[in-house]
Amino acid sequence: MDFSFFTLEVFQGFVLHGLYFSLALTAVATLGGIFFGTLLALMRLSGLKLLVLPATIYVNGMRSIPLLMVLLWFFLLVPMIVGRPIGAEASAVITFVAFEAAYFSEIMRAGIQSIPRGQVFAGQALGMSYGQNMRLVILPQAFRNMLPILLTQTIILFQDTSLVYIITANDLLHGFSTAGANLSHPREAYILAALFYFVICYTLSWIVKRLQLKIAIIR
Amino acid sequence: MSLDWGVFCLDTIDKEAVKGCFGSGQTQTYLDWLLQAWGQTVVVSALSLTVALVLGSIIGTLRTLPGNPVIARAGNVWVELFRNILLLVQIFLWYHVLPVLIPIFVDTPKLVLVVFGLGLFTSARIAEQVRAGIQALPRGQRYAGMALGFTTFQYYRYVLLPMAFRIIIPPLTSESMNIFKNSSVAFAVSVTELTFFAQQAGEETSKGVEIYMAVTALYIVSAFTINRVMAVIEKRLRIPGFVVNTGGGGH
Repeated sequence: MDFSFFTLEVFQGFVLHGLYFSLALTAVATLGGIFFGTLLALMRLSGLKLLVLPATIYVNGMRSIPLLMVLLWFFLLVPMIVGRPIGAEASAVITFVAFEAAYFSEIMRAGIQSIPRGQVFAGQALGMSYGQNMRLVILPQAFRNMLPILLTQTIILFQDTSLVYIITANDLLHGFSTAGANLSHPREAYILAALFYFVICYTLSWIVKRLQLKIAIIR
Repeated sequence: MSLDWGVFCLDTIDKEAVKGCFGSGQTQTYLDWLLQAWGQTVVVSALSLTVALVLGSIIGTLRTLPGNPVIARAGNVWVELFRNILLLVQIFLWYHVLPVLIPIFVDTPKLVLVVFGLGLFTSARIAEQVRAGIQALPRGQRYAGMALGFTTFQYYRYVLLPMAFRIIIPPLTSESMNIFKNSSVAFAVSVTELTFFAQQAGEETSKGVEIYMAVTALYIVSAFTINRVMAVIEKRLRIPGFVVNTGGGGH
C-alpha cells in the first residue's frame, strides 16, 4: 500500500471534476426531486381518482426497481424520444430527478399528512383557495417537519450518484478509479475513495442529527 | 415501435432462433440466461439478507446492553462505518482490495465477497432498527424481566427481543426489498445477476427495450412477493392486544 501517488495535482486532475459533477447532480436532483415529488404527493392526496392512480403507479413502480435499472432505461429511452444522443451526464441528471421524485413524494406525503386537519380547516375558514392554503399554510409546515428526513434522503442521493458508473458518467468515484487505474494504484484509490465518502457522509449526517435536535426542541 | 419478443428465443452465441425457446445441452437462449440471472439475484439477496439479519441483530442488541459503554461504542462505530461508505465502494473494497490485504481470500468466489459486502452494509441499517425496536419498549419490560430473576441473556431472549422484532417488521420489510434492489450493484464486479444481464444482453442483441422490460418485470414481481410474504409473517406473529400496526407490510 503506497498512497504517495495521490498528490494535489492528481486530485485536481482526476477527482475534482468528478466531485463537482456529483455535487451538482445531488443539488439538481434534490431540488427537482422535491419539486416533482411535492406535485406527486399533492396528486396522491387530491382524492381525485384520475390524479391518484397515475401518481401511485409511478411512485410505487419507481420504488420497486433498482436505480441501476432506471439509469439503463433512461439511457436507452431518452435518446430515442429526443432523437439524438444526449450523453451520460445529461441522462444521469434526468434519471435522478425522475427517480428521486418518487422517494421525495413519499416524504412529502408523510409531511403533509402530519399537519393537523385543523390547519386545513383554519385556512379554509379564512377564505383561502386550495393553492393559497397549500402554499401559505400546509407546505411550509410540512417542509419544516420533514427537513431532517429530506436531508437524510439527500445524503443517500449523494451516495447513489456513484451508481452512474453503469452508464460511465464522470462522477466522484469514477475520478478516483480513473486516477487509480492511470497511476497503477487501483487499490489505494478505492481506499481513498472510501475515506473521502465516509468523511463527507459522516459529517453531513452529524449535521442532520444536530438539526433534528434543534427542530425537536422548538416543536 | 413494435416489440420483438422473439429475442428471448435466440441462442446467446450464434444468435439463431431456438425451437421452444429453451436451450438444451450446449445451447443457451436469452430466456435461459434471464432466468439464471434472476436466480443469481435471488441467491445473492437471500444470502446477504441472512448475513445482515444475523450480524445486525447481534450488533443492534449489543448496543442496548446496560452498563457496557465500550461494546455499545464499538457497535456505533460499526454502524457509522458501514452506513457512511457507499455500497459500490464497499463492494470494490471486498473484491479488489481485501484479497490483496488478506491472501486467504484470493480464491473466494466473487459471489461470496459480494454477499459479505452487501450483507455488512445492510447489517448496519438493521442494527439501527433493532436498537430502535428495543429502545421503543417501555423500560418496565426490562425491569419486569430482572424482577423475575432472569439473567441479562434470558430477559433479552424471552422478554425484549420477541417484542422488539415484532415492532420492526415493517422497516425490515423495506430493508428486505432494498437488499433485493441493492443486489444489482453486484453487476460492478460482473456477477451475472439481472442488471448485469440487462446491460450485456441489451448490448448484444440491441433489443434493449424488450430485455429491460423483462428484467424490470422480474424486479417488480420479486419486490411484490417479498412485500406479501413479510405481510403474512407480520400477521402470523401478531400478539393480540400488542403492536398496533395493522397495515400490510412497509410500503
